[in-house]
Amino acid sequence: MPLYTYPDSLTGVWVGQVSRFDYRMRLQLGLAGESVAAGFPSPAEEYLEKTLDLNEYLVPRPEATFFVRVSGDSMIGASIHHGDILVVDRSQTPRPGNVIIALVDGEFTVKRLRKTPTGLELAPENPDFTPIPLSEETEFQVWGVVLHVVHKV
Amino acid sequence: MPNSYALMDCNNFYASCERAFRPELVGRPVVVLSNNDGCVIARSDEAKGVGVPMGAPYFKCRSMLERHGVAVFSSNYALYGDMSARVMRVLSRFCPGVEVYSIDEAFCDLTGVPGGAEAFGRRLRATVQAWTGIPVSVGIGPTKTLAKLANRFAKKQARCRGVFDFGTSPAPDRVLEWTGIGDIWGIGPRHAKRLRKMGVDNALKFRGLKRDWVQKKMTVAGLHTLLELRGLPCLGLTDGPASKKTIVSSRSFGHPVTRLEDILEATAKYTTRAAEKLRRQRSVTSNLLISLETNTFKLGQPQYSNALSVPLAVATAHTPTLIRAATSGMERIFRDGYQYKKCGIMLSGLEPERGRWLNLLALPPAHRPDDRPLMQAVDSLNSRWGRDTVSFAASGVKQGWKMKREMRSPRYTTVWKEILTVTAG
Repeated sequence: MPLYTYPDSLTGVWVGQVSRFDYRMRLQLGLAGESVAAGFPSPAEEYLEKTLDLNEYLVPRPEATFFVRVSGDSMIGASIHHGDILVVDRSQTPRPGNVIIALVDGEFTVKRLRKTPTGLELAPENPDFTPIPLSEETEFQVWGVVLHVVHKV
Repeated sequence: MPNSYALMDCNNFYASCERAFRPELVGRPVVVLSNNDGCVIARSDEAKGVGVPMGAPYFKCRSMLERHGVAVFSSNYALYGDMSARVMRVLSRFCPGVEVYSIDEAFCDLTGVPGGAEAFGRRLRATVQAWTGIPVSVGIGPTKTLAKLANRFAKKQARCRGVFDFGTSPAPDRVLEWTGIGDIWGIGPRHAKRLRKMGVDNALKFRGLKRDWVQKKMTVAGLHTLLELRGLPCLGLTDGPASKKTIVSSRSFGHPVTRLEDILEATAKYTTRAAEKLRRQRSVTSNLLISLETNTFKLGQPQYSNALSVPLAVATAHTPTLIRAATSGMERIFRDGYQYKKCGIMLSGLEPERGRWLNLLALPPAHRPDDRPLMQAVDSLNSRWGRDTVSFAASGVKQGWKMKREMRSPRYTTVWKEILTVTAG
């Protein structure tokens, strides 16, 4: 079955296809690593059933999941590096302790939501940076909760 | 148990898609331009408020937009298509039945949902907003036509807070009275005009008309609308939109095109797209209509437009066959000496892939080389590695006619290089 491709060079949008859109990549990695010799029935064949889908692991709710790229190194302590990709879920309710994407003064920032004796703060994970306390005056909005970080080693 | 339908409609959908990734634009006027940055095709409420007319040519309203600080975007269908799919998926996750009606509207079956339709509708609205960032309005009623009316009311009346349910409304007739005759789903401008002349200018008055009279003057479609307004469902929820009866692929060029070669390249390209759509819905076509036109808005220039229907001997979804037919048709209607603005193709004789009509003169399928494996290979290569990984030489290599989209926002959800950047600073 072909993946849905976007009609970005067509007039109108193909609604019939939109409803059938499938987010999951078709790239699947087999569990059994050996190659199968031609002409010889593989003894492993009976055991080859389900393949691992990374999307299933990383993206529990595709319709609410967005990928964003990180710029800067204030979250090094949370293993979030400059250039990494974050898997952000907008369906989750943010709780203290979560790493979140927040909107502060009209700009997207990634920080850890932390409880302090006086209230909440957006805390960096790098001693070179200072936390942003959240008071009623702070113009602040949660955009999503970070579920995973994709980091190239 | 009475039926309960909901119509979910995204508010100013294209503008809302842009705002989902640019929250600083919330509360500010936003407009989206048509392909080729021609004219305004979508406006946020704020843009409507400062008086940006719908469909206004961009070059005409540009200074006015700047004066009001309106954020202007070229259309970004990759983004809108993805956001639409997300909204529809959220609905499908929570509703027993969903019918996608357009890119930004869907009917949902809320019959028997726990807690009542209105409360459910409110939760649905909050969930779509939170998960996708797209604000929506929800209208609920015992029929699809009433749901549509309820949605319009929910959208226009701030006190509804985005949701209106005929089922729990203390004064449903007041809403019908508020709805103009031309704003009823299923009543076209021609009928509306005639009814208005007779003094039937709102939905309440229309509902009171005699059944026989409506059927006689407005056929069975009008009767359905009447009955639906009375709360008798005539239109059911389909499992999904039916296969399209026609497929259109047409575009304005980035700049005036004069050469036949360019027109033919563009034609081949559009045909390729249309053929992809055709195969995706497992159809074949036996007729295509090609069209060509100059820019009628440019005064003092020679004008020409023409269209030609090209029948095919055997219904097919084979891209090269379709390209051959389309380009040969285009060669026939092309005239030298004009500045062309747009060309397009429409596939009209659509049939299901299985059970197509055979031609007396054509070979039966068993004796004809099967073109499907090639097409399947082309489609899967393109879907895996990106559009136009392999393409037909007829569609050209340079594509100088391609449109301009100077203010297109990043394709945040479909292209890795264009995803949102967040600051860790």
